[in-house]
Amino acid sequence: MKVTVTVNGSQVEAEVADRTLLVHFLRDVANLTATNVGCDTTSCGACTVLLDGKSVKSCTVLAAQADGREVTTVEGLTDGSGEMHPVQRAFRAEHALQCGFCTPGMVMASVSLLDENPSPTEEEVRSALEGNLCRCTGYHNIVRAVLAAAPGASERRPS
Amino acid sequence: MIPAPFTYKRAWSVDEALDLAARDGDDAKFLAGGHSLLPLMKLRLAVPEVLIDIGRLRDLSYVRDDGSQILVGALTSHDDLARSSLLAGQLPLLAHAASQVGDPQVRHRGTIGGSLVHADPAADLPAVVLALDATLVARGPSGSREIPAGSFFNGLFETALQPGELLEEIRIPKPQAAGWSFQKFTKRAIDWAIVGVAVQGGSVALVNMGQTPVRAGAVEQALASGAGPRDAAAHAAEGTSPPDDINADRRYREHLARVLVGRALEESAART
Amino acid sequence: MSILGTRVVRTEDPRLLTAGGTYVDDLRVPELSDVARVTFVRSPVAHARITGMDTGAARQAPGVVAVLTIQDMDDLTPPPPPEPGSEVSEGAPLPLGGPWSEPLLAVDRVRYVGEPVAMVLTDDSYQGEDAAELVSVDYEPLPAVVGIGSALQTETLLFPDTELNVCVTSGEATDDAIFEGCDAVVERTIVNQRLAPMPMEGRAAAARFADGKLTYWVSTQNAQITRFILAGALGMDPGTIRVIAPDVGGGFGAKVGIDRDAILIAWAARRTGRALRWVETRSENLVGMTHGRAQEQTIKIGGTRDGRVLAYRLDVVQDTGAYPRMGGFLPFLTKLMAVGPYDIPNVQTASRVVVTNTTPISAYRGAGRPEATAAIERAIDLYAAEIGMDPAEVRRKNLIPPDKFPYTTPTGATYDTGDYATALDKVLAAAGYGELRAEQARRRERGDVVQLGIGLASYVEITAADAAAGETARLAVNGDGTATVYTGSSAHGQGHHTAWAMLVESELGIPMDKVTVIHGDTDLIPEGVGTYASRSLQLGGVAVHKAALDVKDQARRVAADMIEAAESDLELDTETGNWQVRGDPGTRRTWAEVATHAGADGLVAFVQYVGGAPTFPFGTHLAVAEVDTETGKARLIRHVTVDDAGTVVSPVLAEGQRHGGIAQGVAQALLEEMVYDADGNPLTGTLADYAAISAAELPSFELIPSETPTTINPLGVKGIGEAGTIGATPATQNAVIDAVSYLGVTHIDMPTTPARVWAAISAGADGRDNTENGEAQ
Repeated sequence: MKVTVTVNGSQVEAEVADRTLLVHFLRDVANLTATNVGCDTTSCGACTVLLDGKSVKSCTVLAAQADGREVTTVEGLTDGSGEMHPVQRAFRAEHALQCGFCTPGMVMASVSLLDENPSPTEEEVRSALEGNLCRCTGYHNIVRAVLAAAPGASERRPS
Repeated sequence: MIPAPFTYKRAWSVDEALDLAARDGDDAKFLAGGHSLLPLMKLRLAVPEVLIDIGRLRDLSYVRDDGSQILVGALTSHDDLARSSLLAGQLPLLAHAASQVGDPQVRHRGTIGGSLVHADPAADLPAVVLALDATLVARGPSGSREIPAGSFFNGLFETALQPGELLEEIRIPKPQAAGWSFQKFTKRAIDWAIVGVAVQGGSVALVNMGQTPVRAGAVEQALASGAGPRDAAAHAAEGTSPPDDINADRRYREHLARVLVGRALEESAART
Repeated sequence: MSILGTRVVRTEDPRLLTAGGTYVDDLRVPELSDVARVTFVRSPVAHARITGMDTGAARQAPGVVAVLTIQDMDDLTPPPPPEPGSEVSEGAPLPLGGPWSEPLLAVDRVRYVGEPVAMVLTDDSYQGEDAAELVSVDYEPLPAVVGIGSALQTETLLFPDTELNVCVTSGEATDDAIFEGCDAVVERTIVNQRLAPMPMEGRAAAARFADGKLTYWVSTQNAQITRFILAGALGMDPGTIRVIAPDVGGGFGAKVGIDRDAILIAWAARRTGRALRWVETRSENLVGMTHGRAQEQTIKIGGTRDGRVLAYRLDVVQDTGAYPRMGGFLPFLTKLMAVGPYDIPNVQTASRVVVTNTTPISAYRGAGRPEATAAIERAIDLYAAEIGMDPAEVRRKNLIPPDKFPYTTPTGATYDTGDYATALDKVLAAAGYGELRAEQARRRERGDVVQLGIGLASYVEITAADAAAGETARLAVNGDGTATVYTGSSAHGQGHHTAWAMLVESELGIPMDKVTVIHGDTDLIPEGVGTYASRSLQLGGVAVHKAALDVKDQARRVAADMIEAAESDLELDTETGNWQVRGDPGTRRTWAEVATHAGADGLVAFVQYVGGAPTFPFGTHLAVAEVDTETGKARLIRHVTVDDAGTVVSPVLAEGQRHGGIAQGVAQALLEEMVYDADGNPLTGTLADYAAISAAELPSFELIPSETPTTINPLGVKGIGEAGTIGATPATQNAVIDAVSYLGVTHIDMPTTPARVWAAISAGADGRDNTENGEAQ
């Protein structure tokens, strides 16, 4: 079937198998390979993107369900001038990534979390990221990065 | 990882959805948020030949005050339920339980209807609608019918919905008693409940203590006879048949039910 | 001022954050433009004879390029037997050959769920899943050997040419004489459970065989070792193989070299002439990638009633899974590090390795050493409880004092440098140990539902255990003043590109953003060892450092020639990166000028650095846990550590390694376990069931700085990669047990799940002693 998805502001249209998962549409049709597949039970969150502005696990969305909708991947966060998004900048500043495999999904989940809760506490950040697994960082610096990127300040920053 | 091949169809109205379902019969399943169905299909534990996408039926996503009851559209997402100020005021049990389903990404996509129709015994919302004495409105080729929550969950992943029927709405009588509590016991934050408890006033329903959600009848009777929370909670496991799995055996689940019902009743009482 | 020791953000990150890394599945290189996809058919049963296979239906399926089975492997000669002397010095060759041999594709028998049986090649991965389902295999089930007890007693042999399911036996630990004269003796059998390394990127490989040459991309920790393995397996000259490690999404020891599945990709590419790519799913990864740990340990500890440990015995049975890969070797590291940081006069160790019908065991973050530390730290706590002494006090009384280094243990490890008591004291002070014990006492007094537990672990660990294998570095200063480092190390998240650039800037004054670091391509770096065993900084980093010194010497000669001055009058200003006559900046020459003047030979140094010896980082972890005594649920609320790995080159990177290590260590204590049923079916074969730890289960960690340099290398550095894991697991386990010890609980096996803790509490309440598994009887 024909699927048209606006990805990072550009229309991507293709004839795909009905069962095509959104994550594969993004990786193989839109050629945006930053978003990764980390599991097959909707558990790990590596595939997280924004669908109409809200974080979703793109491995558990059919491309057909995203037809006519807007998707933002981590590649779409950098603005036109090449400036990184505040969350990306914070991840770098706080060493919130090591191997980088979980990072695109973690960043998008963080963008969504701050969009819905601009001044989260540490506990709220940890809870909001319960669906995003990382094996390298122990989450400590990811939490620091999200709190640092928050438009509102939080009083309980880890040292 | 990848579902078996299927044909995708999209419905733009309930009538169209029912029409498509009537045509494809047993080979077809409705697709709402997809967060109960697609995970099964990706592991090829479910292999429907046709998926009828009803995710575009915006008209089925709502939370409304109808005077004596709250009306919830079946396609309302868990996230919308969790953020609904109407529910926060009138049915905080439902709002809070919805906020505990899965993780934020799952809540953005999953719907109450999808969860209820999937009828996983470890799911949170079936027990909640059971505790709230909700009525589920199903629409089929021959019209609408109302199914009390107590008759809706018939077995493991089995509901009273007939093939070709669509769950449209959940009608919840506004609770008489203000007290409520939702206790979800897990190993990790993202896990399904090992045991869960939903309390609204004197109604107590249990998650994952059987093949369907169950009302803790013996607890309710004890409460009605004036027993305090912990004494009533001692009856929590009566009439249940909890599963044995790698997280908990039967005996431990029965113990958890007693503890969690006790805590839920205490918390509920504090809210009255 | 040197950049070393300062907080520098990573050079790797802008790319990873904006475009994403390029992992094997992301490669879009011309060589793979017509790549076909490989999907494995895997055994669904744990132990069976293969009595038939029908690939007919699969071959007909849409998009199928080929279906390959053992019948197609007629182009391989069996690998040569291991050469004498190639065995590991401790006497356990890895992997074991002979009767314990592991085939590539299963021949006539399968020995674990997930063992590869056939390969389906298709145009795309969706077709691959469909076609793989159509391969029909007939299995005649055999009794499954699951669990160490079953392996030791059963009459079912996994390998018909052997007499037992025991493949390695070493040492004997039965002489109780060392415990005579001990006023207090405690003995216990405990479990160090099987884990899944679960890197976020699973196994993946791509291969193209053309014109007699193999190009092979693989998610590995060692490109050069991989080339060596492929050359042997495929009967090829290593010079005809190019191995490239692209970005690798985590390894944790499970991606050391390559395994049979990955070798098969290369073989199949040669066999069919098609470029191939294989990317496993998570479900495959949880049963197909090697597991870690899986030891049963009998510990016995004896000492005086006033806290002096006199004797310790550790008897290990290692479950190595269906085939003895590195699992056959791991107990040797466990025994080597058995005594930990303690000065114990009498030590006995023994080990046996058994095969079972489960996924093979190999290295996983710590590889044998977390097991050693978990054992001795449990023993110390059991002994402390037996004599009624505070566990911190017992540790302090037995830690090797700082004036005894280098210290050779009864097990044969020579610890280079250490200050164990200071590490303990720093942690106790930072944690507020006295106040924690007071709070614990208050809660016990009140009979609170939520009780507090404090757990300690003092540890020492061996890094660069294979220091003699060394590491390589080639450093070139280019005509434009930039520098290029070719390193034999192989980072998969550790940030070597940043750290090695820091080392170059520190020594040569060439700014980091002008330093390019390259790794993981055997065409560019034919000699190298790779990254595992926490070896890279002390071997690979030191190699870079030495190469920089070498380049500096060369440059001095060249600059002297340019400036027409004596070499001894010249200095390199590392702030500006300029060569000049001392005190005369007017003579300055830039690196670009010097490199250009160096002519055709350029300024290049190649160093093959062999480490003098392994080094021994150390530390103490303190975990604070809350346990809900009605439900058994434990929660880690604080984790305070000293992890002293000598001089810190990059505090940012070192902290990151500690954080990640701690999280995996805590995960073992609280949550994770690979579980099989009695038939060898994995019960935790997806991430819905395997309880990988998330941010919601962890607090932020409290890291205390501590640097006790080693004398072994000129940078004074040890390895940090695995230390966090080693300390965190026993500290957390001890904390959970400590929370409920007043209820009569003396031990709870890991993971201390709510069910286990509740069972232990119930048993304690009934006055029964807890079983090994904390299961009520």
